[in-house]
Amino acid sequence: MSAVQPLTLGEADVLAIAEDWLRAGRAVALATVVETWGSAPRPVGSHLVIDSDGHFEGSVSGGCVEGAVIGEAIDVIAAGEPRLLEFGVADETAWRVGLSCGGRIKVYVEKVV
Amino acid sequence: MDRFTLQSLNEARRQRQAAILITNLASGVVRLVRENDVDLDLMVEPTLAEILPQRFRSAHSGLVQTPEGDEFFLTVHVPPPRLVIIGAVHISQALAPMARIAGLDVTIIDPRTAFATPERFANVALLAEWPEDALKGIPLDAFTAVAALTHDPKIDDLPLQAALAANCFYVGALGSRKTHAKRLERLQATGVSGADAARIRAPIGLAIGAQSPAEIAVSVLAEIIDSLRKRGLTTPGGA
Repeated sequence: MSAVQPLTLGEADVLAIAEDWLRAGRAVALATVVETWGSAPRPVGSHLVIDSDGHFEGSVSGGCVEGAVIGEAIDVIAAGEPRLLEFGVADETAWRVGLSCGGRIKVYVEKVV
Repeated sequence: MDRFTLQSLNEARRQRQAAILITNLASGVVRLVRENDVDLDLMVEPTLAEILPQRFRSAHSGLVQTPEGDEFFLTVHVPPPRLVIIGAVHISQALAPMARIAGLDVTIIDPRTAFATPERFANVALLAEWPEDALKGIPLDAFTAVAALTHDPKIDDLPLQAALAANCFYVGALGSRKTHAKRLERLQATGVSGADAARIRAPIGLAIGAQSPAEIAVSVLAEIIDSLRKRGLTTPGGA
């Protein structure tokens, strides 16, 4: 278990961006890291906000799986049903983000209606 | 999640109030619970209601499974803790950088311009003003700690009263038992209740036999962290 990392305003400003995008009339999904195993780059509670055109802010993995999450998020926006995704951060990828061993993360993706 | 819940959550964060977003991962239903309302919220499942107070203290987000097999994710939002130090003194020179490393947002207030110099306090917010003026710009709240370190009642007493009134999670004051006994008399003469006054941690710092200013700073910081992580557990006056 990593050290306690409180979600500070800076860390969680993705939520303010999500609100701004909704106000501007954009369709929005929110992705949240709900569980991690091993060396996951981003702590539980980290967010990514995505709109229906694939624009995004924030991070759930430091870049490893954002592409896949964005694709799923666009589907979630269209379908309306939340999804629970699980990713393995490959050893090679983990190495590139500065981690010596692989990790896995579970990401919850929901539409903000 | 619906946009109104998101707005309420952002509102709580702007107001520096702790809040937990409870998401039922199977149904997608969300519920926002503010720390101030946690005892009043009867809609929260009993299993979850039991663990929310400890989550508010630990600030840990995470998954929770109920005995019925439902899976919930708790997103815990706790405001970044602040430390207001009254007195640009020697202890403060050690306490400010240590507290910043521990994750506290530090401000030092001292109206004595000979003490409050940028040379002595690099990389820290320093206000060379009387506390009553300086505190207008940084309102105290339940996620703020106040440590009064000047030894001077003219400077320390007012921010101590303000810290008690604002329910700061930590209120500490430098001074011997004798000095503190006199301080309590003065505070109670101005209308501070005995129960409130008893919340002041004095003599300041955990009893680790600290000698040097830097060691005293360690003991004060440890006491602040103790108060932060045990919020709501300590009985008033039970220091």
